Amino acid sequence: MSSTVTTPETSPGSAPAPSFGNNLKASRSALPSGDRVFEGLVAGAAGVIPLLAAAMLLLLAVASWTCFQEQGFGFFTTQDWDPVKEHFGMLAFAYGTLASSAIALLTAGPIGVGIALAITEFTKPKYREIAAWVVETLSAIPSVIFGLWGMFVMAPFMRAHIEPLLVHIPGPFFREAGTGLSLLTAGLVVGIMILPTVMAVCREVFNAIPISMRESALALGSTRWEAVRLAVLAPSTPGIIGALILGMGRALGETMAVTMVIGNRAEISTNLLAPSDSLASAIANQFAEAASPGHLSALAALGFVLFLITMLLNMAARLLVWAVANRVRH
Amino acid sequence: MPPEEPVSTDTMEKEAKQRTVAPPMVTARAPQVPDQGQAGGDKDQVKIQVHGLNAWFGEKQVLHDVNFKVVEHQVTAMIGPSGCGKSTLIRCLNRMHETVSGAELKGSIRYENQEILAPDVDPVAVRRRIGMVFQKPTPFPTLTIFENVAVGMRLHGIHDQKLVTATVERSLRGAALWDEVKDVLHKPGGSLSGGQQQRLCIARALAIETDVLLLDEPCSALDPISTAKVEELLFELKNKYTIVIVTHNMQQAARVSERTVFMLNGKLIEYGPTDKMFTAPDNRLTEDYITGRFG
Amino acid sequence: MAENLFKVDVKRARIDRLMRGLCWAGLAVALVPLLSLLFMVITRGWHRLDLDFFMHLPRPVGIPGGGMSNALVGSIELVAIASVIGMPIGVLAGIFLAEYGDNRFAKTVRFYADVLSGVPSIVTGIFAYQLVVKPMHGFSGLAGGFALSLMMIPLIARITEEVVRLVPTGLREAALALGVPRWRSIVSVVVRTAMSGIATGLLLAATRVASETAPLLFTAFNNQFWPSGLNQPTASLTVQIFTYAISPYQEWQDVAWTGALVLLMMVLLASLASRLTVSKNRQIQL
Repeated sequence: MSSTVTTPETSPGSAPAPSFGNNLKASRSALPSGDRVFEGLVAGAAGVIPLLAAAMLLLLAVASWTCFQEQGFGFFTTQDWDPVKEHFGMLAFAYGTLASSAIALLTAGPIGVGIALAITEFTKPKYREIAAWVVETLSAIPSVIFGLWGMFVMAPFMRAHIEPLLVHIPGPFFREAGTGLSLLTAGLVVGIMILPTVMAVCREVFNAIPISMRESALALGSTRWEAVRLAVLAPSTPGIIGALILGMGRALGETMAVTMVIGNRAEISTNLLAPSDSLASAIANQFAEAASPGHLSALAALGFVLFLITMLLNMAARLLVWAVANRVRH
Repeated sequence: MPPEEPVSTDTMEKEAKQRTVAPPMVTARAPQVPDQGQAGGDKDQVKIQVHGLNAWFGEKQVLHDVNFKVVEHQVTAMIGPSGCGKSTLIRCLNRMHETVSGAELKGSIRYENQEILAPDVDPVAVRRRIGMVFQKPTPFPTLTIFENVAVGMRLHGIHDQKLVTATVERSLRGAALWDEVKDVLHKPGGSLSGGQQQRLCIARALAIETDVLLLDEPCSALDPISTAKVEELLFELKNKYTIVIVTHNMQQAARVSERTVFMLNGKLIEYGPTDKMFTAPDNRLTEDYITGRFG
Repeated sequence: MAENLFKVDVKRARIDRLMRGLCWAGLAVALVPLLSLLFMVITRGWHRLDLDFFMHLPRPVGIPGGGMSNALVGSIELVAIASVIGMPIGVLAGIFLAEYGDNRFAKTVRFYADVLSGVPSIVTGIFAYQLVVKPMHGFSGLAGGFALSLMMIPLIARITEEVVRLVPTGLREAALALGVPRWRSIVSVVVRTAMSGIATGLLLAATRVASETAPLLFTAFNNQFWPSGLNQPTASLTVQIFTYAISPYQEWQDVAWTGALVLLMMVLLASLASRLTVSKNRQIQL
C-alpha cells in the first residue's frame, strides 16, 4: 500500500474550503492598511518634486517682482547695471551667456558627434566602453576645478599662443588681443565641459539604429564613411539636435568655470577676446554682498530668466530625443 | 545575354563590360584550376567559383573548406539548419563577412575569373557587382522611395538626372514594384508595407551595376502573399541576373532554385541540381535533413 | 592574370579616410584638456598636500602651515544635511515612480523631476536663499544643505526608478504569490534586490553635490573657522578652492590647487567605485 499522506477520504476535491472572509472582493477601501500607508508615503515623497518646482518658480517670480516693477521693460533691453544708482539692465549679461554658450556649442557639437561616431562606428566593440568612460570622466570633474585650470592654464595659454594668431583674422571677432580671460576662453572651457553630455546622447541615438541599416548601406557598395552618413547620421538628425539643445542648456547654466575665466566685465563687444560677463557669473559674484533689496531683486530676476530659458530648452530637447526613439522603434 | 548597363563614361567599367561578353571556354583541365569552365553541362557558365573557403569569427571557425560554383542566370539556394553557416557563406560572396569585428576569411572566391579576395581588390567595388538583400527590409527612413532606389547610383557618382530617373524606373519595374509606387515616389521609404519594402530593397540593389543578387532569407519577415510575390519576382530576375538565396524553408528552395547547396556545421555536405537533391540526394545527411529528421 | 575589375575609387577612399580621421582627431582633441587638467592638478597640488592641509585651519597670508581642515569637515557636514533631506525623499519618490508609476500623476512627477534637474545650480541657490537664508536672517549650513538636497532629489529619484524597474517581474509575483502584502513585497524583495544599484545612485548623488560650488556661495557662504552650528555660515571645500583661487596671493592659490587635488581624488574614486559595483550590462547615465 502507498504511504498514508493522502487517504481517499481527504482527497483535494473534498477538503474543506479555506476561509477568505470578505477579502475576496478587492475594492480599494478593503486594501490592507499597510499598503495604503506605504502608497501614501511614496506618493507623498514623489509629490514633493512638482511642489518644489512650483515653489521655485513662484519664489523666483516673487523675488524678481520688485525689479520688474522698478526697471520695467528696460531690464531686458539695457546694458546699464548700476547697483548704486539702482539701474539694472541685463543685456550685457545675457549677451555674455548666449555668446559663450554659442561658442561652447560650436566646439562641443561637431567634436561630440565625431567622438560618438568614432566610438560607436569605428571602434572594436571591446574598446568602446573604455573610450566612452574616458570621455565621461570629463563630466565628473567639478566645475570649480575646470575654473581653476581655466584661469591658470588655459587663459595664459590663450594669451601667449592663440590670441596672437587669432588677431590676424580680419573681422570684428578677433579685433584685439586681451588677457586670456575672455568670452572665447569661457566658451571653449564650457565647450569642453558639455562635451560628455553631447557625446553620451549622440551615442544613445546612434546605437538605436539597427545594424542591418549599416549593412544595407555597405552592401550597396558604400565606403565606411558613406555607410555611416547614410544609415546613421541621416536618420539621427533630430536626435543630434536634441543632444545639442541639452548641451546648450547645460552651457547656459554653467557658473563657476565661467566666472573664473570670463573676465567679469559687463560690456557688450563683438571682440571675442575681450572680457565679458554672464547671467550666472553675475549672480555668483554679486549675490553674497548685495545689500539693497533692489539689487537682490535684480539678481533674482537674472536667476528667473535663467530658470525659464533652461526649462524651455530642456523640454525641447526631451521632446526631440523622445520622438527619435519612438520613430526608430518600428 | 549581358544585363542592361546604364551608360557611363568610366573607362574601367567599359573594360569590365567587354570581359563579361567573352564566350565561355571549354577546358579539360582538372577542377583544381578553376576557370570559366563548367560544373556540369556545356551551356552552364560559372559566375562565381568558391574554392577552399574557410571563415572564422575570432577563434571560432564557422566555415570549413567549402567548394562550389554559382552558375549564371540560375537560382542557387542554400539550405541547412540554424547555425550551419549558410548566412556566413553568402556574406562571404560579397565580402560582407569581414565587416564584423574579428571576422576572418581564407580561400578563393572567383567572380568571372577575378579573385575577389585578392589584397588589391576594393570590397566597395565588389559590392557594386554583387548586391545583397537582407532578411529584414531596410529602406532608408529619411529618403523617399525614389531616393532609396537612386542612392546606390549617387554613391557611385552618377548624377545625371535623366539617367538616374530612367534607372530608378527600370529597377522598380524589375522588382515588380513600379505600378504600386509610381505615383508616390516622393513618399518616405518607410511608408510601404513589409513586402513592398523588401521589393524596394531589391530594386535598390538592382539599380547599381549588379549582376549577381544575394538574398539572405528575404522572405522570413514577410507574409505568405508577399513571399509569393518575391518568389515570382525571382523567376523573372534570373533571366538577367544570377541569384543566390539562403532560405530555411525547404519548400521555397525546391520551388525557386535550379541548384541547391546543403550546409551543416560549417561544411558543405552536398551541392547539385535541386531536383536531384530533393529526390535522390547522394549524401545520407542531406536525405535526413530533407526528410525532416533534424533541423 | 586578368586586370583588376575591382579597383579602388581613390577619391571616395580618400574622403572615407579623412572623415574617419577627423572623428578620431575629435577624440584626441577631447583628451588634451583632460590630460592637461589632470596633470596640472597633480603637479601643482602635490607639494602642499601635507598634514597641515588636513589638520589646520586657514591662516592669514604670510603665516605658514594653513590648511583646509574646516572646509573638508564643512563639506562633509553639508553633504550630510543634504543627504538626510534628499535621500529618503529621492528613494521613496523613485520607488513610487517604479511601482505605481503608470498614471498621469507619475508622468507629472517625472516631468518636473526633469525640470528640476535641468535648473542651473546657482538658481537653486537663490531659491534656498529665499526659503531659508532670508527667514533665518543669515547664512547657514542648513541653507547650504537644503540647496544641495534640491539637486539630489531628482537625481536619486531617477536612478532609483531605473534600478527598481530592472527587478524582474517574476520576483514580485513570486513574493505576492506567497501571500505577502504588496508593500512588504516591494520593501523586502524588490528594493532589497535593487539595493546595490540604489546605493550606487546615492553615492553618485552625494559625489555630485559635494562637487558643487555655486549654490553655496550665498547659502552656506564661507567660514574661516570650524563649523559651529547648523545655523552658522559653513566652509566647504569647493567654496574655499574658489575663494583662494581668485585671491591675489600665491600662497593661497597654491593651496587652492591642493584642495582641487583632494576634491578630484575623492570624485574620481567615487566614480570608479560606482562603475565597478554596477553590473556591466547596465551603466547608469548621469
